[in-house]
Amino acid sequence: MNRQAQPGWAIYALLVLLAAFFLTPFVVVVLTSLRPNQEMAQHSLIGWPHAITLQNYSMAWGQFCIAERCTGVAPYIMNSLLMTVPATIISTLLGAVAGFSVALWRFRGDTVVFGLVLVGVFLPEQMRLIPWVIVLRDIGLSNTIAGLVVVHVVQGLSFTTLFCRNYYTAIPQDLIKAARIDGAGFYRIFWRIILPLSPPILIVCTIWQFTGIWNEFLYGVTFLTGLDQPITAAIIAISATVTTTPQYGVQSAAVLLAAVPTLAVYLFGGKYFMRGLTAGAVR
Amino acid sequence: MSALTVRGLSKRFGPVEVLKDVNLEIESGAFTVLVGPSGCGKSTLLAIIAGLENASAGDIEIGDRSMNGVAAKDRNIAMVFQSYALYPAMTVRQNITFGMECRGVPKGRQREAVDRVARLLQIEALLDRRPAQLSGGQRQRVAMGRALVRDPALFLFDEPLSNLDAQLRVEMRAEIKQLHARIGTTCVYVTHDQVEAMTMATRIAVMYRGVVQQFDDPDTIYNRPANLFVARFMGAPPMNTLQARLSDGDAVIGGVRFPLPVARDRLLPYRDAEVILGIRPECIAEPQRRFGETPPMMLEAEVEMTEPTGAETIVMLRVAGQRAIGRVAADMVLPVGSMQRFSIDTRKLCLFDPESERLIA
Repeated sequence: MNRQAQPGWAIYALLVLLAAFFLTPFVVVVLTSLRPNQEMAQHSLIGWPHAITLQNYSMAWGQFCIAERCTGVAPYIMNSLLMTVPATIISTLLGAVAGFSVALWRFRGDTVVFGLVLVGVFLPEQMRLIPWVIVLRDIGLSNTIAGLVVVHVVQGLSFTTLFCRNYYTAIPQDLIKAARIDGAGFYRIFWRIILPLSPPILIVCTIWQFTGIWNEFLYGVTFLTGLDQPITAAIIAISATVTTTPQYGVQSAAVLLAAVPTLAVYLFGGKYFMRGLTAGAVR
Repeated sequence: MSALTVRGLSKRFGPVEVLKDVNLEIESGAFTVLVGPSGCGKSTLLAIIAGLENASAGDIEIGDRSMNGVAAKDRNIAMVFQSYALYPAMTVRQNITFGMECRGVPKGRQREAVDRVARLLQIEALLDRRPAQLSGGQRQRVAMGRALVRDPALFLFDEPLSNLDAQLRVEMRAEIKQLHARIGTTCVYVTHDQVEAMTMATRIAVMYRGVVQQFDDPDTIYNRPANLFVARFMGAPPMNTLQARLSDGDAVIGGVRFPLPVARDRLLPYRDAEVILGIRPECIAEPQRRFGETPPMMLEAEVEMTEPTGAETIVMLRVAGQRAIGRVAADMVLPVGSMQRFSIDTRKLCLFDPESERLIA
């Protein structure tokens, strides 16, 4: 009995150790964000807070100067939300329709279409940069958040289509046949029969897209300037800010504020995420 | 009037021809079973009739109306699937009304129709459940209900009982047969189970390798199989097919003469030829058995193995070096290796051409 318990104990010890190791940077950032600047200057850069303050958060949110504009991170978080929320919703829904189509609604050349869509999964971001510059210029969306929504919808479609298609292949073809005999068309079948079976995979797509788009940096700094930039660009600007004294507390608070939306999405949908990625079971 | 006509139908998937020149004329009110081993094309034929697949060539007519280019929903058919194909996210009621919803039937009429069908199938208590909460037999009923509610010109069944356990299958088989007797709608039923075919059908189409081997009533299919495939496929245990030689109007196997129930002049072209003699297992019985008026022919054969089933005993025999199966009374004592006498029903013997494998007589 005792012998059997020991390996389990060792595994837990190892897991706790690893968890502590991975959590250390996060803990440091949280602690730093709660300490006043003078305390860090007087004592040490890393340490337990003597007095807890939320001053850093209000600074970071509304007053801190980023690239010579003293607005805090609030407008940039707003930009990111304006970009991420529509792009996530549109790419997830389009991916569901496309995945349904290639998985269950066979048409001539469907495997070729799916193969082409898959190429998008493997294309590196940098390679697509120049084509996007040209496309956005030609459709008149250069330097707009709407333009970035288009970019993220199109690029996300490869992933959402792949995820949804793999999920939908577990749905029996007979369902579609029965619905066709019942007189339902493509969109009615999708809406009434397929979509109600889809929440697990829609949540997977939402988490994947939301975190991916929220954390994206390259397109954010390339296609937007100044006050239109997303939060990722602002965070970089904050860390690059050269002032007389480094404002570690405010910077930490800004980073944490920027992470809140993705953390929230994970907390609400996390259990579906693992389930949806591993299982395709419908019945 | 014919309810369904299939004319010159063929279907190709790339180089593979899964249906070859299929012709069927199905009368109104008939219960037609398409039966054959897996891969024979029976399900593809059903899918083409339903309009779910396109034929490579040929025509389908339902109720004397050409179905070329007519979508599945406009063919006035209903189909029951092997997997039941119930919509998982809908209640039983919604499953049944979905078709009417698509066709824009008013709500009041929908409710009446559901009530009528639910009463008929005794599924009133299940109407608000979801498919996942139902047993296999209940799902089967709901699938039937979804088809029945349409009141179609043609019912199509694609192996609807294959997913049920043996006992339930027998129950549902009888129920479908009764239902057909009550409502009288034309049915086309696909199965690989020849017992289902024999028990339910008014007409059977036996299919093999994309070709309809024989299209006849069950009695003819069983007693006068058109070729060796049908002879061996229909019936369990299957028909014995023994190599024999014709001589003076008898079939001779290793010195044993089997008198044939046909006029000698029909066998003239085959005089002294090699033939295949077909004999159903139930035509080889215990020696006391009498078939008809005349005393039966007696056959002496070696017992190789026995399979007592309780009601009767299946016996494997060796007749002049060839294996044959008989069905004898359960009380007959049959030591393995012993020579025994059996009573033979010669009225139902069949002769096949060994080359073409077709029925000669």
